[in-house]
Amino acid sequence: MQLNEDTIRQIVVSVLEDMSEENNSSNAKKQSTSVAVSSGDFSIQEIGLAEEGKNNDEVVIAVGPAFGDKLSKTMIDEKHANILREIMAGIEEEGLKARVVKNYITADVGFMGHQAAQLSGSGIGIGLQSKGTILIHQKDLNPLANLELFPQAPLLTLKTYRQIGKNAARYAKGENPDPVPTQNDQMARPKYQAISAVLYNKEVKCLDKAKKVVELAVDFNK
Amino acid sequence: MKRSKRFLELEKRPISKDAFIKEWPEAGLVAMEGPDDPKPSIKIENGKIVELDGKKRADFDMLDSFIADHTLDLDIIENVMSQDSIELAKKIVSVDVSRDEIKKITLGMTPAKIVEVVGKMNVVEMMMAVQKMRARKTPSNQCHITNVKDHPALIAADAAEAALRGFDEMETTVGIVRYAPSNAIALLVGGQVGRRGVLTQCAVEEAMELEMGIRGFTAYAETVSVYGTEQVFVDGDDTPWSKSFLASAYASRGLKMRYTSGTGSEAEMGFADGKSMLYLESRCLYMTKGAGVQGIQNGSISCIGVPGAVPSGVRAILAENLIAMLLDLECASGNDQTFTHSRTRRTARMLMQFLPGTDFIFSGYSGVPNYDNMFAGSTHDVDDYDDYLTLQRDLKVDGGLLPVEEEDVIKVRNKAAKALQAVFKEVGMPEITEEEVEAVTYAHGSKDVPDRDVREDFRGIEDMLERGTTGVEIVKALAKHGFNDVADNVFNLLKQRIAGDYLHTSAIFDKDYNCISAVNDKNDYAGPGTGYRVSDELWEKIKNTRLARDPSEIGE
Repeated sequence: MQLNEDTIRQIVVSVLEDMSEENNSSNAKKQSTSVAVSSGDFSIQEIGLAEEGKNNDEVVIAVGPAFGDKLSKTMIDEKHANILREIMAGIEEEGLKARVVKNYITADVGFMGHQAAQLSGSGIGIGLQSKGTILIHQKDLNPLANLELFPQAPLLTLKTYRQIGKNAARYAKGENPDPVPTQNDQMARPKYQAISAVLYNKEVKCLDKAKKVVELAVDFNK
Repeated sequence: MKRSKRFLELEKRPISKDAFIKEWPEAGLVAMEGPDDPKPSIKIENGKIVELDGKKRADFDMLDSFIADHTLDLDIIENVMSQDSIELAKKIVSVDVSRDEIKKITLGMTPAKIVEVVGKMNVVEMMMAVQKMRARKTPSNQCHITNVKDHPALIAADAAEAALRGFDEMETTVGIVRYAPSNAIALLVGGQVGRRGVLTQCAVEEAMELEMGIRGFTAYAETVSVYGTEQVFVDGDDTPWSKSFLASAYASRGLKMRYTSGTGSEAEMGFADGKSMLYLESRCLYMTKGAGVQGIQNGSISCIGVPGAVPSGVRAILAENLIAMLLDLECASGNDQTFTHSRTRRTARMLMQFLPGTDFIFSGYSGVPNYDNMFAGSTHDVDDYDDYLTLQRDLKVDGGLLPVEEEDVIKVRNKAAKALQAVFKEVGMPEITEEEVEAVTYAHGSKDVPDRDVREDFRGIEDMLERGTTGVEIVKALAKHGFNDVADNVFNLLKQRIAGDYLHTSAIFDKDYNCISAVNDKNDYAGPGTGYRVSDELWEKIKNTRLARDPSEIGE
């Protein structure tokens, strides 16, 4: 991926701001969302409009508008930070780079993943909703299609998220990996469907069509 | 805090695993009587509706336009809308006001008005109304027949058993999409082995579903979904008009079809516009009526976890069934997908339709073990058969099922597998082996049957479709291998597509291919001693369940 100079400058400036803020204030967590958000074990920062990647060694992850911000946990109370860390680690394990964007236009996991694939230099993207639902998408596919879909988010473990990252990277390398094995539990519906509806409605409330799709700088607290 | 042992015990109960949430009307997480539901209103100028439920025509979304222009009855609407909702509710519940009389006024109510009217009723009153208002006099049942392996011989055997047990309609779907034609054929053949005249369908993506209907692999369809807000329609890449077009495509080929809708889908998809689930479902039902479609599958269906989690949600589900019936639509009334861990809750929810009777009490009783149910499980499955038959016996209710003998079940399962074996041979599908026939004859579920060679099956399905295989080849194959009765049953089903009688509301076939519908089996309930009653002949069958012992044989 190629960062233009502006973007780099933006990152540097905001990182420096972050650092000085942390030094100056003991209450560094209280930051406005437009600057940087620290949620649990990571901070994410919006660094301008997301652009189309040029290099084919990247996978773009599009997260929902409330991700790591208004919402910090999935349906099963897994921290967003942990999930994103695993997906990115999975991609990096395969020797590729992970780029993260936030989609303010749609919260639909299919359309988010499709949008991520359009922005990805490799043509492979991941859509990830705040409630934990995730899919792998490819640039040339119909938005309602996908390479792999994981509709039963409550059954996904951190290990599965890492495998999803790995598989996305392998598609990006032109390989044809076996789909990530998933579990099926019909009792997931009574346990989680209403919780899922609550979370999705919270996510949809964060949509902001004026903001479009923005690039994120993600920093995991060590 | 030191914990109470009682509370610790309560926490272990299955119901503790269910999700319950408090109302959040802004997001549509309110079952009925939502604070922001529109107040009923109507204004007509120059023979055109200019205001509907508080909205001016200029502000209509596509659902309002469709309902105003295609559903509502302008001749009566001003009169009906001026009537008090409690008075209307009383008429609907009263045994002294006939179904025909009610039918004359329902299209004079707007979607908001009918929601207000049924909102005046408690569940017992709603059940009274359902008993009177359902379209077909004789209640019936639909089942799900699927398995995780998409094993064709197992589908055929399960279909045969389910048909023998009394289901009049059967629905399959797939684990892997490419298996759809194979599943549809297996269900068709198995169903016609179990009971002549059973209707079968395969729920998959809309284009494929229509193609299988046109080929004669299926006899009806119901997976044509409609939604109560414009945004959710758009997200599904559809409009009321595109759905109407699809509906007419089925009608043009003489295929029965109904729409699917249900409370909770809009909230689940994030765009409920702050309206209650029942109000949005009411819009779906008026749209269905306006499209000229004969029926609906509703009762929340796949979004049941959403109304199931909020107060009065199960009541709202009964209310949506009732509104469908008030609009003279066939109603396959839900009770399919799993919504609770509690056996008490699922039975209570089911009694709402079981006691008054509906066109299809279940729009998917699981005719397979729930682990094989590819519709994400049902509220009741094969392991509940004796419980269900006992409820029929306890309460003298016809819930659509009959006690059966084990020996007869084994016989039809075996015959179905062999009939499908013959069909597969003739249409060029990979062989169904003797070992598979034996396994499915005695199986509880797919864990008891060998795996198929999936790639070979896909190759066979592709070839078969490319050769233009239709229902006629299935009939020929059955006849060639001596299954003349089954061949005749399937052939008759194909002929019905030309007769078209089963396009009437709430149509099913009896074992002699007589069409039974709201036209010739009209619900004439008018209080005690009228309407549908369990016949003496049927009662003898219901009484004698497998578990009942003969006193003369006890202690002697």
